[in-house]
Amino acid sequence: MITQFRQTVRANLAKPEVRANFYRAMDGLMTRRLDQFPDKAELERLRTQSMAIRANALSKLPELLETLEANLIRNGIQVHWAETAEQGNQIVQAILERHNAKSIIKGKSMVSEEMGMNHFLETLGIECLESDLGEFIIQLDGETPSHIIMPAIHKNRIQIAKLFHEKFPDIPYTEDVDELTQMARRILRDKFYATTVGLSGVNFMVAETGTLCLVENEGNGRMSTTAPSVHIAVTGIEKVVESLSDVPPLLSILTRSATGQPITTYFNMISGPRKAGEKDGPEEVHLVLLDNGRSNIYSDPELLATLRCIRCGACINHCPVYVRIGGHSYGTVYPGPIGSILEPQKAGLDVHGELAQASTLCGACSEVCPVRIPIPSILNRLRYDGVRKDTSNTHTVGSGKRRTLSEAATWKTWAWAATHPTIYHAGSTLATRFKGMLPTNLGAWTTVRSAPKLAESTLHQQVKNLGVDHE
Amino acid sequence: MSNTARANILARLREPQRPECGFSERDYLSRYDWDTAERVKRFTERMVAVRAEVHHTTADTWLDVVSQVCAAKGLNNLLVSPATVLGKQIHAQADRFPALKTYDQPIENWKQELFYGVDAAFTGTTGGIAETGTLIVMPSADEPRLMSLVPPVHIAVLEVDKLYTTFAEAVQVQGWVQAGMPTNALLISGPSKSADIEQTLAYGVHGPKELVVVLVE
Amino acid sequence: MPPIPDTIYFFGTCLVDLMYPQAGVSAMQLLQRAGVKVIFPPAQTCCGQPAWNSGYRDEARSVARAQIALFPKPIPIVIPSGSCAGMMKVHYPELFAGQPDEAQAVDVASRVYELTEFLVDVLHIELRDLGEPLTVAVHTSCSARREMGVADKIESLLGQLSNVQRVEHARKPECCGFGGTFAVKEPEISAAMVLDKVTHIRNAQPDRLISQDCGCLLNISGTMAKQGDAIPHQHIAEFLWERITPHPNLPPQGGKGQEAHPAQASSSPPSPLAGEGLGMGGKFGGQSS
Repeated sequence: MITQFRQTVRANLAKPEVRANFYRAMDGLMTRRLDQFPDKAELERLRTQSMAIRANALSKLPELLETLEANLIRNGIQVHWAETAEQGNQIVQAILERHNAKSIIKGKSMVSEEMGMNHFLETLGIECLESDLGEFIIQLDGETPSHIIMPAIHKNRIQIAKLFHEKFPDIPYTEDVDELTQMARRILRDKFYATTVGLSGVNFMVAETGTLCLVENEGNGRMSTTAPSVHIAVTGIEKVVESLSDVPPLLSILTRSATGQPITTYFNMISGPRKAGEKDGPEEVHLVLLDNGRSNIYSDPELLATLRCIRCGACINHCPVYVRIGGHSYGTVYPGPIGSILEPQKAGLDVHGELAQASTLCGACSEVCPVRIPIPSILNRLRYDGVRKDTSNTHTVGSGKRRTLSEAATWKTWAWAATHPTIYHAGSTLATRFKGMLPTNLGAWTTVRSAPKLAESTLHQQVKNLGVDHE
Repeated sequence: MSNTARANILARLREPQRPECGFSERDYLSRYDWDTAERVKRFTERMVAVRAEVHHTTADTWLDVVSQVCAAKGLNNLLVSPATVLGKQIHAQADRFPALKTYDQPIENWKQELFYGVDAAFTGTTGGIAETGTLIVMPSADEPRLMSLVPPVHIAVLEVDKLYTTFAEAVQVQGWVQAGMPTNALLISGPSKSADIEQTLAYGVHGPKELVVVLVE
Repeated sequence: MPPIPDTIYFFGTCLVDLMYPQAGVSAMQLLQRAGVKVIFPPAQTCCGQPAWNSGYRDEARSVARAQIALFPKPIPIVIPSGSCAGMMKVHYPELFAGQPDEAQAVDVASRVYELTEFLVDVLHIELRDLGEPLTVAVHTSCSARREMGVADKIESLLGQLSNVQRVEHARKPECCGFGGTFAVKEPEISAAMVLDKVTHIRNAQPDRLISQDCGCLLNISGTMAKQGDAIPHQHIAEFLWERITPHPNLPPQGGKGQEAHPAQASSSPPSPLAGEGLGMGGKFGGQSS
């Protein structure tokens, strides 16, 4: 049976233009990242340090969240907790209703994507406008992000020029990136001028000071959190760090790993709404803390490492699978290696468990991960959870749901043979002797490959002439 | 709903046995040993690399330089606080500058003018970071948040004695935690930019298209 | 510098056993020529990795357990594959965590060496090239590169061969798309990956393709064969043996319409002398060129 995932993959592999767009972008990102870390030993030290900062925060997660909440409240920021995406959306809805807001303007936020917020609010008749340039582009085309930091990376300039011309026929057609960017600036400036509620994500929350930190280049994050009179931030509960001194090293490794920048244009630290006497900034700041499966991931000491992620996207940029199939093939909010470990855990192995299979476990992801998430190990663990018979020792959603009788029987037979050497080797010898009778069409293997040729005789037979000992 | 959610989430997080992390040292302060000249050099290199303009001035010349920058850019007006030490000096020599505007009322009262009618803003800075080529800006009642964001040109003054080597050093030496964080603190490292279209850099997406740094030695 | 052992265990791997026996033969000959006694436990089958990577841990463990029992002596276990070595070195301790025989699994893991790693780091082997001038492309498996961290060993061995010139291909560190059962479970992605890999290798125009892993070779060469014009390919052990012996094995076959395959089981008997073309750092004073 061809799964939905495989069908999408087939369709996307057949789009050379999209594949070229991904290749060009990922090659650039990989090169720029490498340029930022000329000293390999220093990079390894920084990765270890960043891992420790995140692991430390997770080891104290409930306490830090309480400290964070207390300090945010002291700073005048209102804190909301949501167990599910639905609850999160309802919290946002309630704030909007209180302000009688019919539209919001958004800075880039993957958690809002995770919540399906745009769709939710639009069904209520509330307009959600994306202001990150990439997000703005894909929203115009009714698409979702294909990359967590470069959402429109699957499109090239010409496609974007045509899209702008189609959506804004009054503005002259241009393929010039500067002119396209200025068009977006003018359109979105009017929206920032007129919209009273802004929404953003968060990169780090500092428990010690009650501070929300945003990393960006364009200013959409600053605009969304500064110009409107209400700012709503949404983020996952795992994004907290203990102290302000944890932030500089994480920021540094985040931007270098993500886009190969020593730092982004803006690092925005928000510790409160407009104070008495101040002349701008939002009158109200809200933080929605989203669980949405994270506390379940947290309950497993091995899978917990998933939550160390700082969403730099380096694993995606370096993934040989992602670069070929593109972000949309995954059918999830978070694509690539991080998506392949996060999404099956959130939605369940029965829903997205196939993503854990869609990897060669080559390790290119974990090699670059700034917080050393052992992605291949977690993929392996999720494969295990998917097919395990006894699911009493795991909390992973959908455990055991991928087990099929035929596959289980195959592995059982294989294990039996491989633990009975006499029979195993008799079989191998027979296979080499009668190899001419073996099929040459091996289904999936032989679509692009010849059938493997067995040797004339096995190593076990040949070793007899070698003068080696046997025990 | 929210209170139940809070209790449920925290309860779930408290349930599993959490391994001791063993992370105590925070030794990531600057390991560089850069003197002032080196810091200025690094800062300038990084800023120029991201297309910011950097002018090296002194206490005697910075005002002239700001004036020249305004003239060179053909600015029609300049938003400057009349209350800061530097702003006062500009206002005192208003005839050398384009029409001076002041942010003397809440944004709601003059949002349209700020969004569409201001050519440039002049602000001070709280410090700078040499390693990354970064300005530290802590907006205040005198120099509100949007000054460094909305006008197409941002002119910022940085005194060289507040140029730190790293972000971590600035946080520690300036005692951010002890002092308490302002409602908004910013690191600004160049003009607003995006690479969302084909990885091609474009400037001035939402924030200033031009950032002018006036270094005062 | 670890002491040079008198005796080692050799684990041939299931793929070498069935598809590339000459790689196993050559590897053992290289070890013997270096003066090391080789023990080949005949009951060995498979390291268990296919089941491990498919999530069938019980089955993987039962197979792994049978292998662990074959290596009781406290001597190195040498494996002509980064992938199988990685399974035993890195994953056996994980697979046996909390099991009654965990200590044995950890012990075995601690004695595992990938072949090129052993030749370079333990034997400090020195090679003298007796072959004709030749260009080679190297494909290092992801497990050798990232799991075992031994990508430099194959390069350093080839670097010793004076008549062999390495040619670099684009995206060299990228996975070839084999991934064990991945190639069958996600055939479209695997095909896209291996087709790109083949293109990059072809563009480098090597005379031969060399790897330390037969899984990758099977994948890459099978694709080249299907395209009809295969670049001859060899496991590093077989290639090294061919280069340093005065009467080399038949060169690998290749050419149009035929799958390039290592020369089949030539039974040139191992020389009792320690190498015409091979010495061992320190011990025999070296014969490096």
